[in-house]
Amino acid sequence: MSITWQTDWTLGLIGGLLIGLAASLFLLVNGRIMGASGIIGGLVDGSGRHNAAERVSFLLGLAIVPGLMALLWYRPDTHLTKNLALLVGAGLLVGIGTRLANGCTSGHGVCGISRLSLRGIVATVFYLVGGGVSVIVFRHILGVV
Amino acid sequence: MRNIFAFIAGGIFGAGLFISGMVDTAKVIGWLDIFGEWDPTLAFVLGGAIIPTFFAWRIAERRQKALLDCPIPERPQPVIGRNLVIGSFMFGLGWGMIGLCPGPSIASITFNGLGGLIFIAAMVAGMLIAPAIRTRLEAVS
Repeated sequence: MSITWQTDWTLGLIGGLLIGLAASLFLLVNGRIMGASGIIGGLVDGSGRHNAAERVSFLLGLAIVPGLMALLWYRPDTHLTKNLALLVGAGLLVGIGTRLANGCTSGHGVCGISRLSLRGIVATVFYLVGGGVSVIVFRHILGVV
Repeated sequence: MRNIFAFIAGGIFGAGLFISGMVDTAKVIGWLDIFGEWDPTLAFVLGGAIIPTFFAWRIAERRQKALLDCPIPERPQPVIGRNLVIGSFMFGLGWGMIGLCPGPSIASITFNGLGGLIFIAAMVAGMLIAPAIRTRLEAVS
Protein backbone atom coordinates (compact mmCIF):
# COMPACT_ATOMS: atom_id res chain seq x y z
CA MET A 1 0.00 0.00 0.00
CA SER A 2 1.64 3.20 -1.13
CA ILE A 3 1.94 6.38 0.88
CA THR A 4 0.22 8.48 -1.79
CA TRP A 5 -2.86 6.35 -1.36
CA GLN A 6 -2.98 7.06 2.34
CA THR A 7 -2.57 10.77 1.67
CA ASP A 8 -5.47 10.49 -0.75
CA TRP A 9 -7.59 8.80 1.87
CA THR A 10 -6.80 11.48 4.46
CA LEU A 11 -7.59 14.26 2.00
CA GLY A 12 -10.73 12.35 1.02
CA LEU A 13 -11.84 12.21 4.65
CA ILE A 14 -11.07 15.92 5.26
CA GLY A 15 -12.87 16.88 2.05
CA GLY A 16 -15.76 14.61 2.98
CA LEU A 17 -16.09 16.23 6.41
CA LEU A 18 -16.23 19.65 4.71
CA ILE A 19 -18.98 18.39 2.40
CA GLY A 20 -20.87 17.15 5.46
CA LEU A 21 -20.31 20.49 7.18
CA ALA A 22 -21.75 22.28 4.14
CA ALA A 23 -24.78 19.97 4.07
CA SER A 24 -25.30 20.50 7.84
CA LEU A 25 -25.06 24.26 7.51
CA PHE A 26 -27.49 24.38 4.59
CA LEU A 27 -29.92 22.18 6.52
CA LEU A 28 -29.73 23.81 9.93
CA VAL A 29 -29.50 27.44 8.78
CA ASN A 30 -31.47 27.51 5.52
CA GLY A 31 -33.63 24.46 6.14
CA ARG A 32 -32.70 23.05 2.77
CA ILE A 33 -31.34 19.74 1.53
CA MET A 34 -27.98 20.13 -0.14
CA GLY A 35 -28.57 18.22 -3.35
CA ALA A 36 -26.67 19.51 -6.36
CA SER A 37 -28.97 18.06 -9.02
CA GLY A 38 -32.07 19.36 -7.23
CA ILE A 39 -30.63 22.85 -6.84
CA ILE A 40 -29.64 23.00 -10.52
CA GLY A 41 -32.77 21.19 -11.73
CA GLY A 42 -35.10 23.61 -9.96
CA LEU A 43 -33.52 26.46 -11.91
CA VAL A 44 -33.57 24.56 -15.20
CA ASP A 45 -37.24 23.55 -15.18
CA GLY A 46 -38.50 26.54 -13.21
CA SER A 47 -39.82 24.49 -10.28
CA GLY A 48 -37.47 26.39 -7.97
CA ARG A 49 -38.41 29.86 -9.16
CA HIS A 50 -39.58 30.98 -5.72
CA ASN A 51 -36.09 30.52 -4.23
CA ALA A 52 -34.00 31.01 -7.34
CA ALA A 53 -31.69 33.55 -5.65
CA GLU A 54 -30.78 31.08 -2.94
CA ARG A 55 -30.04 28.42 -5.56
CA VAL A 56 -27.92 30.76 -7.65
CA SER A 57 -25.99 31.90 -4.55
CA PHE A 58 -25.25 28.29 -3.65
CA LEU A 59 -24.03 27.48 -7.16
CA LEU A 60 -21.88 30.63 -7.26
CA GLY A 61 -20.15 29.59 -4.04
CA LEU A 62 -19.76 26.08 -5.41
CA ALA A 63 -18.09 27.36 -8.57
CA ILE A 64 -16.09 30.32 -7.20
CA VAL A 65 -14.40 28.78 -4.15
CA PRO A 66 -12.81 25.83 -6.02
CA GLY A 67 -11.97 28.28 -8.82
CA LEU A 68 -10.03 30.44 -6.35
CA MET A 69 -8.36 27.36 -4.88
CA ALA A 70 -7.25 26.32 -8.37
CA LEU A 71 -5.92 29.83 -8.99
CA LEU A 72 -4.13 30.34 -5.67
CA TRP A 73 -3.21 26.80 -4.60
CA TYR A 74 -2.88 24.32 -7.44
CA ARG A 75 -4.74 23.56 -10.60
CA PRO A 76 -5.95 19.97 -10.36
CA ASP A 77 -5.80 17.68 -13.34
CA THR A 78 -9.38 16.52 -13.80
CA HIS A 79 -8.53 13.85 -16.42
CA LEU A 80 -11.82 14.61 -18.18
CA THR A 81 -12.34 12.73 -21.42
CA LYS A 82 -12.20 14.71 -24.69
CA ASN A 83 -14.59 12.30 -26.38
CA LEU A 84 -17.56 14.43 -27.41
CA ALA A 85 -20.03 11.54 -27.68
CA LEU A 86 -19.18 10.38 -24.15
CA LEU A 87 -19.45 13.89 -22.70
CA VAL A 88 -22.87 14.44 -24.27
CA GLY A 89 -24.13 10.93 -23.53
CA ALA A 90 -22.99 11.08 -19.91
CA GLY A 91 -24.45 14.56 -19.44
CA LEU A 92 -27.84 13.50 -20.81
CA LEU A 93 -27.93 10.36 -18.63
CA VAL A 94 -26.93 12.32 -15.52
CA GLY A 95 -29.48 15.05 -16.24
CA ILE A 96 -32.39 12.70 -16.96
CA GLY A 97 -31.47 10.17 -14.27
CA THR A 98 -31.04 12.62 -11.40
CA ARG A 99 -34.34 14.34 -12.17
CA LEU A 100 -36.26 11.06 -12.43
CA ALA A 101 -34.72 9.86 -9.18
CA ASN A 102 -34.96 13.31 -7.54
CA GLY A 103 -31.35 13.30 -6.44
CA CYS A 104 -27.71 12.52 -7.07
CA THR A 105 -24.61 11.75 -5.02
CA SER A 106 -25.07 14.73 -2.71
CA GLY A 107 -28.86 14.63 -2.26
CA HIS A 108 -29.42 10.87 -2.03
CA GLY A 109 -25.90 9.83 -1.09
CA VAL A 110 -24.87 12.36 1.55
CA CYS A 111 -28.17 13.83 2.77
CA GLY A 112 -30.37 10.76 2.20
CA ILE A 113 -28.13 8.12 3.76
CA SER A 114 -27.33 10.34 6.76
CA ARG A 115 -31.07 10.73 7.37
CA LEU A 116 -31.34 6.94 7.18
CA SER A 117 -33.80 7.43 4.35
CA LEU A 118 -34.74 4.24 2.53
CA ARG A 119 -35.08 6.14 -0.76
CA GLY A 120 -31.59 7.58 -0.39
CA ILE A 121 -30.09 4.19 0.35
CA VAL A 122 -31.89 2.45 -2.54
CA ALA A 123 -30.94 5.24 -4.96
CA THR A 124 -27.30 5.03 -3.88
CA VAL A 125 -27.22 1.27 -4.42
CA PHE A 126 -28.65 1.66 -7.94
CA TYR A 127 -26.38 4.48 -9.04
CA LEU A 128 -23.34 2.65 -7.71
CA VAL A 129 -24.40 -0.45 -9.67
CA GLY A 130 -25.00 1.71 -12.76
CA GLY A 131 -21.59 3.33 -12.33
CA GLY A 132 -19.89 -0.04 -11.93
CA VAL A 133 -21.61 -1.39 -15.07
CA SER A 134 -20.56 1.70 -17.00
CA VAL A 135 -16.92 1.34 -16.01
CA ILE A 136 -16.95 -2.32 -17.03
CA VAL A 137 -18.47 -1.47 -20.40
CA PHE A 138 -16.58 1.71 -21.27
CA ARG A 139 -13.22 0.93 -19.70
CA HIS A 140 -12.81 -2.82 -19.78
CA ILE A 141 -14.89 -3.85 -22.81
CA LEU A 142 -14.78 -0.82 -25.12
CA GLY A 143 -11.61 0.69 -23.65
CA VAL A 144 -12.64 4.29 -24.39
CA VAL A 145 -12.12 5.82 -20.93
CA MET B 1 -29.27 36.39 4.67
CA ARG B 2 -30.45 33.14 3.08
CA ASN B 3 -28.39 33.92 0.01
CA ILE B 4 -25.26 34.63 2.02
CA PHE B 5 -25.50 31.32 3.85
CA ALA B 6 -26.33 29.50 0.61
CA PHE B 7 -23.17 30.99 -0.89
CA ILE B 8 -21.12 29.90 2.14
CA ALA B 9 -22.57 26.37 2.07
CA GLY B 10 -21.90 26.12 -1.66
CA GLY B 11 -18.36 27.37 -1.11
CA ILE B 12 -17.61 24.85 1.64
CA PHE B 13 -19.13 22.09 -0.51
CA GLY B 14 -16.87 23.16 -3.38
CA ALA B 15 -13.79 23.27 -1.13
CA GLY B 16 -14.62 19.76 0.11
CA LEU B 17 -15.00 18.44 -3.43
CA PHE B 18 -11.71 20.10 -4.39
CA ILE B 19 -9.69 18.81 -1.41
CA SER B 20 -11.16 15.30 -1.52
CA GLY B 21 -10.17 14.90 -5.17
CA MET B 22 -13.75 14.42 -6.37
CA VAL B 23 -13.17 16.91 -9.18
CA ASP B 24 -10.69 14.40 -10.64
CA THR B 25 -12.70 12.08 -12.88
CA ALA B 26 -9.92 9.47 -12.75
CA LYS B 27 -10.40 9.08 -8.98
CA VAL B 28 -14.17 8.71 -9.36
CA ILE B 29 -13.84 6.12 -12.10
CA GLY B 30 -11.16 4.40 -9.99
CA TRP B 31 -13.67 4.00 -7.16
CA LEU B 32 -16.31 2.52 -9.45
CA ASP B 33 -13.74 0.22 -11.05
CA ILE B 34 -14.03 -2.72 -8.68
CA PHE B 35 -12.57 -5.14 -11.22
CA GLY B 36 -9.59 -2.92 -12.02
CA GLU B 37 -7.21 -1.07 -9.73
CA TRP B 38 -9.81 -0.11 -7.13
CA ASP B 39 -9.35 3.29 -5.46
CA PRO B 40 -11.24 3.44 -2.14
CA THR B 41 -10.85 7.22 -1.62
CA LEU B 42 -14.51 7.92 -2.36
CA ALA B 43 -15.59 5.71 0.52
CA PHE B 44 -13.70 8.04 2.86
CA VAL B 45 -15.29 11.07 1.20
CA LEU B 46 -18.82 9.70 1.48
CA GLY B 47 -18.19 8.42 5.01
CA GLY B 48 -16.69 11.75 6.06
CA ALA B 49 -19.65 13.63 4.62
CA ILE B 50 -22.29 11.41 6.19
CA ILE B 51 -20.98 11.70 9.78
CA PRO B 52 -21.61 15.43 10.42
CA THR B 53 -24.81 15.36 8.35
CA PHE B 54 -26.16 12.48 10.46
CA PHE B 55 -25.91 14.66 13.59
CA ALA B 56 -27.29 17.66 11.74
CA TRP B 57 -30.43 15.65 10.85
CA ARG B 58 -30.81 14.63 14.50
CA ILE B 59 -30.77 18.27 15.58
CA ALA B 60 -32.96 19.36 12.66
CA GLU B 61 -35.69 16.81 13.29
CA ARG B 62 -35.80 17.67 16.98
CA ARG B 63 -35.92 21.44 16.42
CA GLN B 64 -38.33 21.24 13.45
CA LYS B 65 -37.15 24.67 12.35
CA ALA B 66 -33.97 25.95 10.75
CA LEU B 67 -32.15 29.00 12.16
CA LEU B 68 -33.53 31.30 9.47
CA ASP B 69 -37.01 30.36 10.63
CA CYS B 70 -37.99 28.03 7.84
CA PRO B 71 -39.31 24.49 8.25
CA ILE B 72 -37.05 21.45 8.00
CA PRO B 73 -37.89 19.53 4.80
CA GLU B 74 -40.36 16.78 5.48
CA ARG B 75 -39.37 13.18 5.08
CA PRO B 76 -40.62 12.01 1.66
CA GLN B 77 -43.02 9.08 1.46
CA PRO B 78 -40.85 5.98 1.61
CA VAL B 79 -41.95 4.87 -1.85
CA ILE B 80 -39.44 3.00 -3.96
CA GLY B 81 -40.89 3.62 -7.41
CA ARG B 82 -39.82 3.00 -10.94
CA ASN B 83 -38.56 6.58 -11.30
CA LEU B 84 -36.21 6.24 -8.34
CA VAL B 85 -34.75 2.93 -9.45
CA ILE B 86 -34.50 3.57 -13.20
CA GLY B 87 -33.42 7.18 -12.69
CA SER B 88 -30.66 6.26 -10.25
CA PHE B 89 -29.43 3.50 -12.53
CA MET B 90 -29.35 5.91 -15.52
CA PHE B 91 -27.55 8.51 -13.43
CA GLY B 92 -25.00 5.86 -12.39
CA LEU B 93 -24.39 4.87 -16.02
CA GLY B 94 -23.67 8.48 -16.95
CA TRP B 95 -21.56 9.04 -13.84
CA GLY B 96 -19.39 5.99 -14.50
CA MET B 97 -18.97 6.83 -18.20
CA ILE B 98 -16.79 9.86 -17.58
CA GLY B 99 -16.60 10.27 -13.78
CA LEU B 100 -18.62 13.47 -13.38
CA CYS B 101 -21.75 14.08 -11.30
CA PRO B 102 -23.67 17.35 -10.84
CA GLY B 103 -21.82 18.79 -7.80
CA PRO B 104 -18.26 18.34 -9.08
CA SER B 105 -19.28 19.45 -12.59
CA ILE B 106 -20.11 22.89 -11.18
CA ALA B 107 -17.18 22.91 -8.74
CA SER B 108 -14.73 22.31 -11.61
CA ILE B 109 -16.40 24.64 -14.11
CA THR B 110 -13.50 27.15 -14.03
CA PHE B 111 -10.76 24.62 -14.72
CA ASN B 112 -12.44 21.75 -16.57
CA GLY B 113 -12.15 23.26 -20.05
CA LEU B 114 -14.64 23.00 -22.87
CA GLY B 115 -15.42 19.35 -22.03
CA GLY B 116 -16.77 20.36 -18.63
CA LEU B 117 -19.05 22.95 -20.22
CA ILE B 118 -20.29 20.46 -22.81
CA PHE B 119 -21.14 18.01 -20.02
CA ILE B 120 -23.06 20.68 -18.10
CA ALA B 121 -24.97 21.73 -21.24
CA ALA B 122 -25.94 18.11 -21.93
CA MET B 123 -26.93 17.63 -18.28
CA VAL B 124 -29.19 20.70 -18.43
CA ALA B 125 -30.73 19.36 -21.65
CA GLY B 126 -31.33 16.03 -19.90
CA MET B 127 -33.02 17.83 -17.01
CA LEU B 128 -35.36 19.51 -19.50
CA ILE B 129 -36.22 16.18 -21.17
CA ALA B 130 -36.74 14.35 -17.85
CA PRO B 131 -40.37 15.38 -17.14
CA ALA B 132 -41.51 13.91 -20.49
CA ILE B 133 -39.77 10.62 -19.70
CA ARG B 134 -41.25 10.61 -16.20
CA THR B 135 -44.74 10.90 -17.69
CA ARG B 136 -44.02 8.01 -20.06
CA LEU B 137 -42.74 5.85 -17.21
CA GLU B 138 -45.81 6.56 -15.16
CA ALA B 139 -48.11 5.74 -18.08
CA VAL B 140 -46.61 2.25 -18.45
CA SER B 141 -47.94 0.56 -15.36
